[in-house]
Amino acid sequence: MSEIVANAASEVPPTRRRLDRDDWLMRGGVCLMIGILSLTLILPLWWLLSKSFQDQDGAFVGLANYVTYFSTPALFASVWNSLFIASLSTAIVLPLAFIYAYALQRSCMRWKGLFQALALIPILAPSLLPAISLIYLFGNQGFLKEWMFGVDIYGPVGIVISQVFYCFPHALMIMLAALSMADSRLYEAADVLGASKTRVFFTVTLPGAKYGVISAGFVVFTLVMTDFGIAKVIGGRFNVLATDIFKQVIGQQNFEMGAVVGFVLLIPAVVAFLADRIIQGRQVALLSARAVPLTPKPDARRDTGLLLFCALVGSLIFVILAMAVWASFVTRWPYNLTLTLKNYNFGDFGSNGWAAYTNSVELAAWTAVIGTVVIFVGAYLLEKTRSFAAGRAIAQFMAMLPMAVPGLVLGLAYIFFFNAKGNPFGFIYATMAILVVNSITHFYTVSHLTAATALKQLDHEFEAVSASLKVSLLRTMTRVSVPVCLPAVLDISIYLFVNAMTTVSAVIFLYSTDTALASVMIINMDESGFTAAAAAMAVTIVATSAAVKIAHLLITRRLERRTQAWRQR
Amino acid sequence: MQEKDAANSSEPYLRIERLKKQFGNFWALKDISLKIFPGEFVCFLGPSGCGKTTLLRAIAGLDIQTSGRIFQADKEISNLPASQRDFGIVFQSYALFPNLTVAENVGYGLVSRRMAKVEIATRVADLLRLVGLPDSGPKYPAQLSGGMQQRVALARALALSPGLLLLDEPLSALDARVRAYLRLEIRHLHKRLGVTTIMVTHDQEEALTMADRIVVMNQGVIEQVGTPLQVYREPTSAFVADFVGKTNLLPGIVVKPGLVRYGNMDLSCDVDIQPGPGSDVTLAIRPEDVVVRNVDANAINTFAVRVAEMEFLGSFCRVGLALNGDAKPALLADFSINTVRDLSITEGMQMLVGMPSERIRVFPGAPKLP
Repeated sequence: MSEIVANAASEVPPTRRRLDRDDWLMRGGVCLMIGILSLTLILPLWWLLSKSFQDQDGAFVGLANYVTYFSTPALFASVWNSLFIASLSTAIVLPLAFIYAYALQRSCMRWKGLFQALALIPILAPSLLPAISLIYLFGNQGFLKEWMFGVDIYGPVGIVISQVFYCFPHALMIMLAALSMADSRLYEAADVLGASKTRVFFTVTLPGAKYGVISAGFVVFTLVMTDFGIAKVIGGRFNVLATDIFKQVIGQQNFEMGAVVGFVLLIPAVVAFLADRIIQGRQVALLSARAVPLTPKPDARRDTGLLLFCALVGSLIFVILAMAVWASFVTRWPYNLTLTLKNYNFGDFGSNGWAAYTNSVELAAWTAVIGTVVIFVGAYLLEKTRSFAAGRAIAQFMAMLPMAVPGLVLGLAYIFFFNAKGNPFGFIYATMAILVVNSITHFYTVSHLTAATALKQLDHEFEAVSASLKVSLLRTMTRVSVPVCLPAVLDISIYLFVNAMTTVSAVIFLYSTDTALASVMIINMDESGFTAAAAAMAVTIVATSAAVKIAHLLITRRLERRTQAWRQR
Repeated sequence: MQEKDAANSSEPYLRIERLKKQFGNFWALKDISLKIFPGEFVCFLGPSGCGKTTLLRAIAGLDIQTSGRIFQADKEISNLPASQRDFGIVFQSYALFPNLTVAENVGYGLVSRRMAKVEIATRVADLLRLVGLPDSGPKYPAQLSGGMQQRVALARALALSPGLLLLDEPLSALDARVRAYLRLEIRHLHKRLGVTTIMVTHDQEEALTMADRIVVMNQGVIEQVGTPLQVYREPTSAFVADFVGKTNLLPGIVVKPGLVRYGNMDLSCDVDIQPGPGSDVTLAIRPEDVVVRNVDANAINTFAVRVAEMEFLGSFCRVGLALNGDAKPALLADFSINTVRDLSITEGMQMLVGMPSERIRVFPGAPKLP
């Protein structure tokens, strides 16, 4: 039947829709987005890749650099070190975060709000903070040094403990979301059928949260694999891929070898990213619209057990945070414990002083403002452009790619690309602009997904209605889509702000003397032996992020009250 | 062919010629041609996936057809984007802007027309009165019931006085009582405004009660176009007979023109039987057309049955009739409660029923098993 129709169809010329102004505008927008991401992501990565095939004079040498890399045991060992650290950290974080999230979502434990807030604080801190705290606790002059039974904190042990602290909130957030929704009817059915609690856990709870656990696993693995700060501060002589790049580029000025290591580092990140996408693609909605939300019932034994667990984990987090705060106020560790503010006179420890901090705030603010606009508009273009499938697919791929690119690799790629002879955009090198562009690109994907998810929740027919009412899409976007998505817009801006404030890896290659950043200063001061000042700077960053986060919560709450009339959820 | 039955013989307002729509390897519309006349209320009726919404969206320009042409008010609109066509549209989801008040929603299209504020306010008030919500202007959509929201959507669609009103399953999200009420409301509104209207629905009752003409669709083709009475009384295919209303579809074999063998009975039919003797055919008769009063044992199309099952449905009983001492019923008949009482019909009872020859429809081919 369809063959006959197909033959008949060839007689009549196919209809091509004439494009209206909105179509041109939207398609132009998608092309612009592709152009921007090509400049800020694709071309720099291409430069990095081609650099890894060149010698110091820029001549093509094929795989020679790679051969050198893999035949130098000192370099190649880092691959195993990185994989080992990442696997071990993931294996520790996942069960901890799962039980913690389970306690918060599925028990009637007390002080849930407190535990949740406490566990999420580390997300506001640079990854260096736990490393510095651990040095104070267990380092050469640590006051709990005896607890280590002679094991050196500088090395894999210190790295793993710091990574667990740093990655815990990231995993926790995913687990909280995965455990937030459950259909109570499934639990009632299991109850009625006489299933034991253990069996219910393994047949209902765990399968429901399976994709969250897997996703958290990939996120933690990639975070650890690509993090630079922790290994730098507490890694001692234990080499990982991230520190190798730094050593090759900054230490030995061997850019070509740096490019090779960067490319090697890109592989596990991309693999983890692709594996996660494939697995998430298999996820089907477990919750129908008719699901009855589960409300946990009190169970004294379970609740007490979980409370003890959360108290233990929570106090460890608290100790690490408090240690950094305390250390930042101590006169001379461990000889003179009187409190002082002198560690906050950053000018005494480096030429930049507080300027580095204001630079960081400036960077975070620009990243938040420009990034939110660019990323939200980009997501809108991808969601709402009619047909134009090829353009949308390319832009979609480019929007997802930054997730798979470690900050160090992106930073290195920027050095090559924006330093290249004849690059018309070379003038932004060593300015605040390159830091902003780099930060927006680095944190693009998560923000994009937040915006896309919010936009997908809008009625798909808004644009059809607008067209029938002869109203331009631009007007509908500003009048309807943006106001309705405002909570997501605020979420994106705060995410960009906090990350730009705390990131080290993406910007360490790109700052200049005029644009030194607070997070980079932590590393520099720590390297120069001013550990207390480094702690003080870390605490300043946490305080700033926390203040901004609290302001965000207050604004969101006010917004919700004001828009309560029309917001049903 | 069907157009001659249309209510008037004027020029069509909307003309669709050989429309086809392809999604990958799937043809959602296979060569659709249709004319819709000014002021008509037309329903596209069919099961899900039959192509009715695809056709509506092609008419609106929201999802352009693969090939074929569309003319509206004598102007070709085949390749125009939605923004350059003349229509108002209402969706099943209402698609009201949640952050705008009811008045702002209704006036949404008016604002970009550079109309004076006072003029807009007057027009919005008129429209809200028209749909029976004169006081809801300052409210937000979320504060209204589903039925009220759908009326706001209707007012918004009518705001620019479009030449064509498109309704995409507008009542499907509402509960039964509201649905029945709004059905009538939309019908009244249509009578008052006279705007040419196309409504997509999968609910045959909705189509029968609201439409001037029904376009029954199945698997991307139009099965039949006709008034509700035509579609119900004279379905042109077994699909239409079965989809619109309840029908007995019985396997038969043509004996000679006007005579079909069903089981061991010969039934005479008034309709022309296309296939020659010996061919498989499907006999269709509506349950309410099976008669039980004043049946003469010697008349044609009369046979003895046993009441195998009875289902009480309020004003009538749906009765399963078994033939030849079978245990299972082969034929459904609707008997009014009056009839059931007068004839004291009970389960297990033997009786005579008749199938009036003018009520039997015959379609080529054996019935498809459900």
